[in-house]
Order: sequence, then structure tokens, then C-alpha cells
Amino acid sequence: MSHLLEVTDLHTSFMIPAGEVKSVNGVSFNLDEKKILGIVGESGSGKSVTAYSIMQILSYPGKIVGGSIKYKGKELVGLPDKEMAKLRGNKISIIFQDPMTCLNPVYTIGNQLVEAIMIHQKADAKKGKKEIKKDKNGKVIKDKDIAKERAKHMLDLVGINDIDRRMKQYPFEFSGGMLQRIMIAMALVCEPDILIADEPTTALDVTIQAQILELLKSIQEKMGMAIIIITHDLGVVAQICDEVDVMYAGRIVEKGTVDEIFYNPQHEYTKGLLKSIPRLKNSTKLVPIEGNPVDVFALPKGCSFAPRCSECMEICLEKYPQMHSVNEIHETACFKFMQSLYEAKKISEKEFSDYLNKCESNEKAKTEGGKKHEKAK
Amino acid sequence: MKIGDHNPFGFQVNYEKFFSKASKNEKDLQVKMRPSTSFMKDGVRAFVHNPIAMTCFIVLLIIVISIIIIPIFYPYSYDLQLGLATSDGSYNNLSPFEYGTTEQEIIASGGSVFPHIFGTDSLGRDYFIRVIYGARVSLAVGFFAAVIVLIIGTLYGSISGLIGGKVDMIMMRIVDVIYSLPDMLIIILLSVILRKTLPDLTGTPLENIGVGMISIFIVFALLYWVGMARLVRGQVLNIKQEDYILAARSIGAGNSFIIRKHLIPNCMSIIIISAALQIPSAIFTESFLSFMGLGVSLPMPSLGSLASDGLDSLTIYPWRLFVPAVAICLIVLCLNLLGDGLRDAFDPTLKD
Amino acid sequence: MRKDTLIYIGKRLILCFLTIIVVITATFFLMNAIPGGPFLSEKGTSQTILDNLNHKYGLDQPLFMQYINYLKSALIFDYGPSIKQKGKEVIDIILTAFKTSLPIGVIAGIMAIVFGTFFGSLAAVKHNKVIDRVIMVFSTASVAFPSFVIASVLLYVFCSKLGWFPANGITTEGDYSGYILPVITLSMYPTAYITRLTRSSTLDVLNSDYIRTAKAKGVSKPVILFKHALRNSLTPVITYAGPMFASIITGSLVVEQIFSIPGLGRVFIRAITGRDYPLIMGTTIFLTVLVIGMILICDILYKVVNPRVELE
Repeated sequence: MSHLLEVTDLHTSFMIPAGEVKSVNGVSFNLDEKKILGIVGESGSGKSVTAYSIMQILSYPGKIVGGSIKYKGKELVGLPDKEMAKLRGNKISIIFQDPMTCLNPVYTIGNQLVEAIMIHQKADAKKGKKEIKKDKNGKVIKDKDIAKERAKHMLDLVGINDIDRRMKQYPFEFSGGMLQRIMIAMALVCEPDILIADEPTTALDVTIQAQILELLKSIQEKMGMAIIIITHDLGVVAQICDEVDVMYAGRIVEKGTVDEIFYNPQHEYTKGLLKSIPRLKNSTKLVPIEGNPVDVFALPKGCSFAPRCSECMEICLEKYPQMHSVNEIHETACFKFMQSLYEAKKISEKEFSDYLNKCESNEKAKTEGGKKHEKAK
Repeated sequence: MKIGDHNPFGFQVNYEKFFSKASKNEKDLQVKMRPSTSFMKDGVRAFVHNPIAMTCFIVLLIIVISIIIIPIFYPYSYDLQLGLATSDGSYNNLSPFEYGTTEQEIIASGGSVFPHIFGTDSLGRDYFIRVIYGARVSLAVGFFAAVIVLIIGTLYGSISGLIGGKVDMIMMRIVDVIYSLPDMLIIILLSVILRKTLPDLTGTPLENIGVGMISIFIVFALLYWVGMARLVRGQVLNIKQEDYILAARSIGAGNSFIIRKHLIPNCMSIIIISAALQIPSAIFTESFLSFMGLGVSLPMPSLGSLASDGLDSLTIYPWRLFVPAVAICLIVLCLNLLGDGLRDAFDPTLKD
Repeated sequence: MRKDTLIYIGKRLILCFLTIIVVITATFFLMNAIPGGPFLSEKGTSQTILDNLNHKYGLDQPLFMQYINYLKSALIFDYGPSIKQKGKEVIDIILTAFKTSLPIGVIAGIMAIVFGTFFGSLAAVKHNKVIDRVIMVFSTASVAFPSFVIASVLLYVFCSKLGWFPANGITTEGDYSGYILPVITLSMYPTAYITRLTRSSTLDVLNSDYIRTAKAKGVSKPVILFKHALRNSLTPVITYAGPMFASIITGSLVVEQIFSIPGLGRVFIRAITGRDYPLIMGTTIFLTVLVIGMILICDILYKVVNPRVELE
């Protein structure tokens, strides 16, 4: 079965003077049409970098150093920038975290919206798809006017009022919530297949958050695109996602449907995340996850979460676990989980030892990164 | 490390071993915490690792040390007109490493005479030592100008920023007016007038410095501090509304405590960087003024006045212009790069 | 939006006017602070002649009256007659000399803006590559060289050694070769400054979120640079244009002397050495008004280009 988007063993690193920062360290997931996928993780877990890798908008010195990203079967890694530009904003769009700084302050939003359409409209026109349209009075309708109409229609869809006046205004004249709506309009104006939303609500008030999420959901129902939502907020995931991938230190540690993850978490990190949500009903103590986030220069030899894990075993410090299915709609990467399978006789000894042999350690990565880090000190 | 490949016993043994719980110590070993450093240490380290900044620092250090030490044992003084006593014109306009008549006699009879490294000027004064003194003047002016700017600008800006309100508005309007004046014109004007109006300084300890220098200092004190004042005021305004100031006030901190503990340290880096970049600008201005004859009074040389004199004899003795010119350029360049290096290392507003 | 632009312009005009009054006042009182008056250095003047001269130039009136009179006439650009150059009105001397200085200054300024923004943008786009480093080295060095050094070096190399250009400035009508070296000298510092300014501002802009958005929309690289980036990165250059003008004026003081150009800078210097006070005052005020006017135009332009700017 072919998926809309197939990410396989993606590795993205930043080559800085102090060493190689492995932001994305072997991420694989698939996205199907009309699905809403949530990628959850702390700051620094590599979720945004994954999104930027898909869009190929990594800033220097970031580079995709391994793996593949296939959109409708077409390989995106290594695609020339010109080809990629045709897909960006057109077939795959992205909206960012802070809408206040994401729009060019010296152009009106109308100008920027129309630009989003015109870039890709021109490309279509070149292919000979252009027809001369005439309106009621027989006057030729210019491409730009068509684009303007589309832009206005999109603004209406995202809930902006007084559209004609708004089109002529500058970004600084809007509030955060409205700007995010405009960003959504701009991303969807060419009706892409995939929308990536990188922490779309983090910079907004809670009440506006809810509105934006509702908006995303309703637009998705109308336009039928797939969405990847990147967030650190499990509440956002619970509200609109179908599936969830949980990321830690550049790897996916657990993935599955929302129900499976929320009601049947298997990885200690996921369990920790769920436990740390404050509850209103019982006034129990807050339960944070012990320890500190991973130092990117000194990734542990084994499982990245091991030093903070209450169930950590010797093997966790030696090798990092591969993903294994929990059931049809749920996978996790955890030795403790594998041990529980083995003890419950759900897998044979051979299967277990094969699995263990497949797992590797981070040895090589650690020494290289560690050495360079030592030099920099 | 393979677990139980072909050895069922091996697997069991390994399994027992590797699937036992890890202790806290073992977990902690995996975690390498980077040592924390203070802002100062970080900044100094960044600065020291900057090759350009360090080179300039060393060059400037060499220059400063030489202009302090060399005049101590150099046999000629900057205002000594060799040959004046004996009306011996052979000392004038010597090329580098030439000698006047009496000196040649000494050499011929086996004695040694310290060479004139840059020759002499039209009045028979050793040029090398004059350049050294010129550098002294330039660096002294630069340094003192920076100090004046620092004190006046910081005080004015911080008071204006702290008090705020109407006082701030008036103070800043004054700054705006001064800022929009073309400073060179005013400086020239002031220098001309101060030369006329300042009392005769012979006999006072300020004699050596001369009216020209003093007028330059007065002019700097009147005009140059506005940039710094604006900067400091802006910084104070920013900090004033930071949450940690509010937090400090809410636990009872008074004004002087907040100034001491919060405002000054946070402004420090900006102030130092700005002052450091002020020095080359002041040196520039001073050499410019001296070039036009409005700087230090004779016979004290300044790099600018030396260059001006050298201009007249450009075609015959080109080094007379180029030596002070190169000196000015080198000093200003090093100071500029040093200031840039300081800014790269210490400015908290610069993102990496 | 037009309304608050107008308010902004109004506020700035008032500020400029205030500054000009301050300058006229300061210049006037400074000049009068010099003991002895302007005629003391004249040789062979008896007391009656001195009295006549003082009366003729209105110098026997109480100081405050003199000030008011001067203020009134200065505001209409009448600075009175020159004391040293008999028979000529100060304003005429200024304007004649200005006709020579203006083209040099304007060309130098335009060159600085054109080359500065070009090299600065180039350096930013090719960040950390060889060409960026080369441009930075040149501009950092140029900023450290005083104009009189550059002028002297150029004079030495191109006039005395190579003889390509005449050493004594503008000689014949239509012979513009005498303009070349002064223009180059005057434009060096501003070009270097603008290069560094443009480079750092373009780098900031290229790293900003809205450029990332443009890229994510599928905008091509040249369009990102020319449409999105440049308009934002060049706004600091507009703010610098005013002070640049001031620095060109001060540079001309030296350059006109070295290249023997009969421009306003040379007039100013000669007025100072010759103690021609009306001429000194007139020139100072004229140049100051010019600079303030230039700064005002730049501020308004900046506000038009960047609609978010407000007067502090």
C-alpha cells in the first residue's frame, strides 16, 4: 500500500564547528490521505527539524545525511531546489510557530497571499493550461484578479472579517490569532495535499488555541488534506489527531493511534508525559520526568532516554532499542516492553535474540561527538 | 556484543545480566553535564579564541609599550632641533639613516651615533621620536575622550532612562538637537574660538598639552557623549520593564540596590563595547583636526599634524607623510577590530 | 495611515526648525565670544575707522539687538557682507563655491550608496565564502583610513608619480578629470560603511522568519532576495544617508585643500584662518541647514518605506 508521504530512516544533522549535532537520528513514519498525524516531543527532540527536512527548508548548516522521504512515490531527498520549490506551498505547505514574525512587514497581506497563488499559477500557465477568461462585460480577466478572488475566498474560509479592507493592511495591524489564520490561508490557498503545522498554537492564548485547532479540523474536513501537527502539548494531540508519534532525542520512541497512546502507553517516556499532565480532580502532586533533556553533543551509548528512565536496565545503557509492534496500530521501542513480551511467552527466544542482535549501540556516534566537544572546551 | 547467538546457556546468562536493573550511578555515568560558566568567562573565552581580535590586542599592546618605553632611553627628544645651537643646517631634512656633519665626524673618528631611523624634519628634529610622541598624543586623546564620553554619556543616559516621563523627554530632545548637528563643523568652530578665548597656559602644568588639546577635550565633552547617552538610555528602558526588576521590587529591593545589582551589570557590556569603539573615532577626529592645524600646539607633534607637514614635501620626502599616516591607520584599524571582537564576544543582543 | 505620517512629518519639521535656531544662536554667540572683534587684526586702522566699520556692520548695537537682527536675516539666508572679501555678500560667496562642491559631493554619495549596497548584499548572500571575506577586509580597512590619508596617497600615486590627473583641481571648463580623485576619496569611507551596514542587515533579514515563510511558499531564490529581503535590509541605509552627507561635507574640507578645489570646504577653511566672521557664521549655518534638511528627508523617506516606524 503506498502512502501519501513515506519517511524512512531519516537522519538530519547540523554540522557546527563543535561537532555534528544529530537532530534527527533515524525517524520513520507514513502519512496517509486525510489523516491527522501528531508528532509530540520536548524542545530539542527534533520534531521541527523533521518537518523542515520534509520541506527541505533547513537552514545552514543543517543537512539531510541519510534516509529517504517519498511524496506520492517521488523521492524528495536530493531533489534539485527548483523542483522542490514547485512542490512547496503548492502540494506540501507549512505553517510556523510565531505568526507575528512570519510575514514580511513591508508588504500587505493581500500582496503576500496573491504571491503564494501567482507563483504556482504561473507554473501552471507555462504548461499551457492557461485560458483567456472574460467576465460579464467582455473584459479580459487577468490572472492577478483571479488570484485575488481566490485569496479573498481563502480569508473568508479561515474566518477573517471585512476582507477587502484587510487585504490592504500590513501584518503589524493584526493580532496573533488573526495572523495565524492568515498564515493558514496562505498555506492552503493552492490546495496542497499535505499541511505541516509546526507548533501552530504555542505562541497564542489558550482560547485562541482552541479556535485555531477547530479551524484546522474544519478546513481539513472541507478540503481533505493530510495534516502533520508538531507540538509538545498532548492536549492539542488529544483534540484533533488521529495518530501520534512520540519523539525523544531525534528518534521516535512510540507511535500509534491516539486512543492506544493515551490509554495504553508502553514506553516510559510516553507514560511520563501522560503522568505529568496536571489533573484538576484529584489534588495529587505533580509528577515530572526526572533528569534533564539530552545533551546533543554527548548522546548516551544506549537508549537516549535510559538515564532518566525509572525502569532502566543494563542493556538499555548498552544498546538502543528498535521499534517493535505492540499490536496492529501501535509500535514502541523499549527493551522493558520486549522483556515483558518474552516473559509472557508472546515471542520465542529466537525471535527475542534476533531482535536483540539487530539493535546497535551509539558507540561510534558518542566518541565522535564527544571528542569534538572535548576539543571545543 | 551479541546475546546468545548459538549458545543457549550464553543467552540465559547474558539475559540475566543485561536485563537486570541499572543502578543510579551507572545511569549518571552516561550523562555528561557540561560545566557551567559565567557570562564573563564565556565572553573572555570567546574573545581569546578570536584570532583577529587577539592579534590586534597584541599589536596594540606592543604599540602602547613601545611608546611608553622608547622615549625613556631614546637619545633625541621631540623638540630638540639638532644643529640649532651651532646653526648647522646639515641636520635638516635628513633622509632615514643619514647623519649631520658633526655626527659624521664622530662616526669617522670611531664613535657611534644613534641613527635617525626616520631621518629629520625641516627643523632638524629626529622624526622617529616625533612619530612616537605623535602616537602618544593620539592614543592619549582617544583614551581620555572615551573616558569622558563614558562618564557623561552613561550618567546622562541612565538618569534619563531611570527617571523617565517628562524629564526623559526633555533630556532626549536636547540629545536629538545635539545629535543632528554636524559635529565636525561645530568642533572646528569651537576649536577656533577656544584657542582665542582660553587663557594663556604657559607656566601651568597644562602647558605641554596646549590649548589645542584642551579645546579638543572640551569639544568632546560637549558633543561626543550623545551617542552613548542614547544607547544607555535605550538599554535602561529595556531593562526597567524586564520581569526580574519587577520581581526584585516585589521582594523589597530599593532603587540603589536595583541600580547596583541589575542595571549596571546588564549595561556593562554595551557600555564597554561602545566606549571601545569610541576610541578610534576620537583618534580619527583628533588627527583630522591636527591635520587642519587646529589640534595640539607646536612643538608637540600629533600624527595628524605630522601628516599635514609631510603633505607639503610629499614629492621629495614621501615617508614624512606615509609614516604617520600608516601609524594612524594601524592604530585605528586595530582598535576597530578589537572593538568588533569585544562586541562579538560580549554583546548579549547578538545571536549566534 | 496618511494621517499619522503627516503628524510625524510635522513633529520632525518642528524639531529641525528648533535645531536650526539653536545653531544660529550658538554660532552667533560663539563668534561674539572672541575678544576684540573682527577688525582688530586689520593693520593701520585708526579708532575712527574702526568706529565707522563697527557702525557699518552694526557691531556697535547691544548684543541682543545684533542677535535678533542676525536671526531674522539668517532665516532668509542673508548673512550680510563678507568682511575680508570686500564687496561680496557672504551668501554669494557660499553659493558660487557650492556650485563646485555640490556635484562632487552628490556623485560621491550616489557612488557610495550604489557600490555599498551592491557589495554588502553580495557579501551577505555569499556569506563565509571567499568573496565575503575579501569584501569585509577591504571595507574594514577603508573605514580605518582617514580621508586625508587616502587623498594624499591618491595625489602622490596618480598625480605626481603617474601624472594621470591634474594635481591642481578643476582647471578648465569641461575637463572633468580633476573631479575623479576627489570623488573617489570622498566616497571611500561612506562606501565602506554602507557595505558593512548592508551586509549585516541583509544577513539578519536572510535569517528571519518571514524569509523562511517565503521559501516555504515556493518563492524562488532571486525573488526572495530582490523582493522580500532587499526592501527590508536597505532601510538602515536610508537612515545612514543623512549622516553620510555630513561626513562628505567634513571630508570635503580636507579633500578640497589637498586637490586645490575652489569649493565650499576651502572657503570655510580660509574664512577660519582669515577670521572672516560673517563668512564663517554664514557657511556654518548654511552647511548645518543642508545636513539637517538631508536628515529630515531621509527620516520621512524611511517612514514611507517602513510604515511601522514611529517617532519615539
